[in-house]
Amino acid sequence: MPKQRVLRPAQLKGPDGALAPVVKLRHLDQWFVGALALAVFAWLAFTLATNQNIRWSEVAGYLFFPKIISGIWVTLMISVVATVLGLLLGILLAVMRLAHNPVLNWLATLYIWFFRGTPVLVQLIFWYNLAFLFPHLVVKIPFTTIGYMWDTNDVMTGFTSALLGLGLNLAAYFAETVRAGIQAVDTGQSEAALALGMTNGKRMRKIVLPQALRIIIPPTGNEFISMLKTTSLVYVVAGNDLMTNASQIYKQNNLIMELLIVASIWYMVMTAIATFFQSKLEAKFGADAVRLVRRPGFIQRLFLRVGSNAESSAPQPAHVREDVTTMGKEMS
Amino acid sequence: MSLPLHVQAQGVTKSFGSHQVLTGVNFTVAPGEVSCIIGPSGSGKSTFLRCLNALETYDAGTLAVNGQQVGYDYRDGKYYEWSNKQFAAFRSKLGMVFQRFNLFGHLSAEENVACALVEVRGINRSAARTRALEELRKVGLANHSHKRPHQLSGGQQQRVAIARALAMDPEVMLFDEPTSALDPELVDEVLETMKLLAQEGMTMIVVTHEMGFAREVGDTVNFFDNGAIVESGKPNDVLSNPQMDRTKAFLAKVL
Ligand SMILES: Nc1ncnc2c1ncn2[C@@H]1O[C@H](COP(=O)(O)OP(=O)(O)OP(=O)(O)O)[C@@H](O)[C@H]1O
Ligand SMILES: [Mg+2]
Repeated sequence: MPKQRVLRPAQLKGPDGALAPVVKLRHLDQWFVGALALAVFAWLAFTLATNQNIRWSEVAGYLFFPKIISGIWVTLMISVVATVLGLLLGILLAVMRLAHNPVLNWLATLYIWFFRGTPVLVQLIFWYNLAFLFPHLVVKIPFTTIGYMWDTNDVMTGFTSALLGLGLNLAAYFAETVRAGIQAVDTGQSEAALALGMTNGKRMRKIVLPQALRIIIPPTGNEFISMLKTTSLVYVVAGNDLMTNASQIYKQNNLIMELLIVASIWYMVMTAIATFFQSKLEAKFGADAVRLVRRPGFIQRLFLRVGSNAESSAPQPAHVREDVTTMGKEMS
Repeated sequence: MSLPLHVQAQGVTKSFGSHQVLTGVNFTVAPGEVSCIIGPSGSGKSTFLRCLNALETYDAGTLAVNGQQVGYDYRDGKYYEWSNKQFAAFRSKLGMVFQRFNLFGHLSAEENVACALVEVRGINRSAARTRALEELRKVGLANHSHKRPHQLSGGQQQRVAIARALAMDPEVMLFDEPTSALDPELVDEVLETMKLLAQEGMTMIVVTHEMGFAREVGDTVNFFDNGAIVESGKPNDVLSNPQMDRTKAFLAKVL
């Protein structure tokens, strides 16, 4: 619920014309609810922290374990590459769906149906086991022997299956976002572009897509954040990502909870950082539109306070939002 | 006839489904002429303009710009449909000004004008910029070149739109109710700009409800009704002494 700042007159004069003091209303009910919630939270945190079955020293010990750190890099790599792949392919699919050519249209629809209709877990395992269908991948000029051949199992490592599985899957979802974005651009823009003599391709690239970005960009941040966590599925194809590596460790030493906590901490850190950059992205592209939807998250406000050395009192949301916008602008 | 006609339409028809919007338009414009089109809402004025610059297809009839049939090449007794490239090249020779301005929202005024110079004409950026500023200066907006459309008033936006069309050196300018979306006090600045353009000898086709403009600037006034031009002639004849009952009825309502 958005907080409303109540504007009070600073000074009130009594009937005699002299300033009269104002007695502040105490929000006792709010204090009570807040204290209750805090008590529940403290109790949960306490039971977790003092649980004899969780060895927190092991959690601390594994937090910067080399295998964990290398897993983080792989997770980040997969997330970034799969997201970029998904975004580019998603734009292509969206343009195909809006094309006049019925074949393109139909193929895009089929693609979206297939990749949205099957679980991403199935897709990951499918790509990983592609060798059962095609033992060799061949790129060659038809009817000649000129070309190149790979062993499918060499190509379809856990890493590449993860990129393909997650990237192709995201593309199917993202295509719908892009399509909505494109369709939200006023048709008058297209007409003006065509009337000036632009071809359809130019119209799309120079006029429509740049304006659709305002609508497309904000969800991309969310897609990436969700991708960070979806990469944990890669664990089924042993992609050496954070989750795979954590699981390999706990399978040896049986510290399951501890390593899950380690992995969770890192996922949360990555999400927090991604959220921070997401807000910058949003501020740059769709400040006005996004601002209405969501205010900066807790971590963001924390960063901003540290960054701008804010005053000791809690910053008002409106104030923070303005900071976000300016920071975004400076970036551009 | 000494000069070839710039625009020539004969029996142009167009249907949307079963709804016949153009029922046989006959219309000519000579070079340097300002042709005003008036008529009731829904009579097909916009549709005709859109057919003329090939934003819309037409079903039958002759529709020619500079003697060239719109949308087709005539060779060996056959009409060959234009390619997308040919359509684009054709449209780039006609300037179009829309009722709702349609300035590109993500570009500044100057970029709006320069955009097509770069993308369509292939002019380099700095030359396009110079030309854009020149065109903006002509419509009196030199000081607003860096502003985005939403930072400009309606009248200013429409003048940028005119500058954008003029930068392409069009042979004919088409205006589709350029002042209908404007607050009354902003109408004159746009009409002034158009008047200057007419004085420079630009060939113009203007769909408008501004009878004062039609009378003062128009060389001909054409009354559009039910998908066809039912009366046309000199502004004074058509506006002051209409022959057709439908024209009289329409003018009685708007004047
Ligand atoms: N794309 C379309 N599909 C179906 N019908 C259309 C389409 N465009 C226009 N029409 C119809 O064609 C008729 C003529 O429309 P048009 O916009 O040409 O009228 P107009 O004379 O410009 O009117 P106005 O003065 O209101 O702008 C209208 O009845 C309209 O509903
Ligand atoms: Mg119209």
